[in-house]
Amino acid sequence: MRFDSFSGSSRYIADPDLLSAVNAAIALQRPLIVKGEPGTGKTLLAHAIAEALEKPLLSWHVKSTSKASEGLYTYDVVQRLNDSRFGDGDVSDIRRYIKLGPMGRAFASDQQVVLLLDEIDKADLEFPNDLLRELDEMQFYIPELDETVSARHRPVTIITSNAEKELPDAFLRRCVFHYIGFPDKERMAKIVAVHHPDLDSALLETAMNRFYRLRKTDGLRKKPSTSEFLDWLTVLVRAGIPVERIDKEMPFLGVLLKQEKDLETLEIRRKRGH
Amino acid sequence: MAAETVNSGSDSVHGRLFLPLLYNLRAQGLPVGTGEWLAFLEGLKANLARDLDGVYRLGRALLVHKEAHYDAYDIAFHATFAGVELKPELKEALESWLNDPAAWEEGRPPGEHQFASLEELLQALADTLREQQERHEGGNRWVGTGGTSPYGNSGKANQGVRIGGSGGGRSAVRVAGERRWQGYRTDLKLEIRDFKVALRELRKLKREGHEVLDLDGTIDSTAKNAGDIDLVFTKERANRVRLLLLMDAGGSMAPHAQLVSRLFTASKEMKTFKSLDHYYFHNCVYGWLYRDYQTWDRRRTEEVLRELTPEHRVIFVGDASMAPWELFADSGGFGERGPSGHEWLQRIKAECPHSVWLNPDPQTYWRHPTVSAIGTLFPMFPLTIDGLREATRKLRAA
Repeated sequence: MRFDSFSGSSRYIADPDLLSAVNAAIALQRPLIVKGEPGTGKTLLAHAIAEALEKPLLSWHVKSTSKASEGLYTYDVVQRLNDSRFGDGDVSDIRRYIKLGPMGRAFASDQQVVLLLDEIDKADLEFPNDLLRELDEMQFYIPELDETVSARHRPVTIITSNAEKELPDAFLRRCVFHYIGFPDKERMAKIVAVHHPDLDSALLETAMNRFYRLRKTDGLRKKPSTSEFLDWLTVLVRAGIPVERIDKEMPFLGVLLKQEKDLETLEIRRKRGH
Repeated sequence: MAAETVNSGSDSVHGRLFLPLLYNLRAQGLPVGTGEWLAFLEGLKANLARDLDGVYRLGRALLVHKEAHYDAYDIAFHATFAGVELKPELKEALESWLNDPAAWEEGRPPGEHQFASLEELLQALADTLREQQERHEGGNRWVGTGGTSPYGNSGKANQGVRIGGSGGGRSAVRVAGERRWQGYRTDLKLEIRDFKVALRELRKLKREGHEVLDLDGTIDSTAKNAGDIDLVFTKERANRVRLLLLMDAGGSMAPHAQLVSRLFTASKEMKTFKSLDHYYFHNCVYGWLYRDYQTWDRRRTEEVLRELTPEHRVIFVGDASMAPWELFADSGGFGERGPSGHEWLQRIKAECPHSVWLNPDPQTYWRHPTVSAIGTLFPMFPLTIDGLREATRKLRAA
């Protein structure tokens, strides 16, 4: 069996566990669920895969009001109703009022695409279940047209979740699962190197130690994530902060901690001499 | 077509080969189903795993669906594969096979080894493993090492022979032995958000409340009306569940105060219930329920009971352990006169049969007489994510 394989990209550093999950999903043609804290690069992964496989990316950003059927197609009845009374154009052609959603377009596409269902946990609890059959069989029926759209090429499907809601078991069983844990220092150094190639190593070392110590602080509501660390480094470099000051003062703390309560917590700890 | 035959033939060998892993996973409580297991075997067949590290990763991606289960997977994997011993010639043959995807695909014998076909090699491997397993008093280990502890002995894993794979880096078995996902177990760690996720399942939807435009109804009606627009309205769907939270604030609950307050915060922040009331009690429910012990803000339990509707669900939180007289003697609490705590609990059950008890104490303490007495009245669950989830499922089914 031959299949496309993904080995990360120049801009995306993936650990072997993640690569293995991605390639299993591609080879076995199962959707891949990527779960993890915000800021661990879940959405970026889909972009990196699309880029590496040189396939177009179709994204569906799920919201709390999203309905499963919207991803397949929408039938603009109100427009048709309006046209029938006041408008012009051919109302009898129902096709004019059917618009395919991101999933529908992925199925109908002439070539294989990468399909991203972003933040699936934002929607209603039943949302994933409503997509089970479509993801399994990669086809759906449009009753208005009496047509079945079936995928000519099963899209490489990447689903991301922030763990806001538990996903249903029946849904999970059909997917390849990967949890992006927080990177250790070694991998963090690699990630930083992609974004800041010429960073002073002493500065990185100090900032990283400070950052991991901060993450270990008890009682933080939102631990700073990778993307916040990268932002912090950018600010430190731009402001030209000397290395010694980073350790002592932790300048621009607001970039790392975004909740007021967390800043207070840290302030109290500092006064106690931590 | 020939390759096809070999592949399907090797399926069963493969299946048998990794079966101990399946049993170990299930023994760890991981709900691995046939579908996932077949996908795993298919993945092996598709050469997605070229060494034991690959097997570890492939297995985790396909057989585990929550990070909360990663730790259990590590334990099972370590228990299965730690200290694998193989005869050198078998190991060599297996290694070249794992590193030669073309041979695997075509079903021809890998390298110049004594095995005529892939199937024969797999058969030899399976036989060796079975032999070793029998010799080492059975069990579900892939190969026994004679050790008594099934896992946690990460030093031992070092002696194991790695099948194939690159020399550098850490082996999957070692990594599994380190149990770095331990912190992600949901039966151990609880945050407000986790509580919310579990509580969100507690709902019964019914159409009531605000009127909204019913588009489908409007269209149907308009069509029947010969195209003259006829607006139809319907009611929004709303959660009917009313929650009553009764929490023990007794002395023995002090170590769990933070946990209980997180559950309380979570349920308060949930806007989905039709109503939420909370009261505290001391040890057991008696004649009074307290909104706040400090300000002595309290209500008669009878009054609270009278307000219960069929839509109410009661969740008790408490360790349920007290001196037996505190539960069974009349006038149990604070010098009050009146029925015993046990009788009060029975009244609540009569008024609201859909009640559960969450107990923050470890289950090993539940053999205490008052705990088991209360446990016969209300289904009791541990105050963990899994426990809360089971409890909400119980309440939802009601």
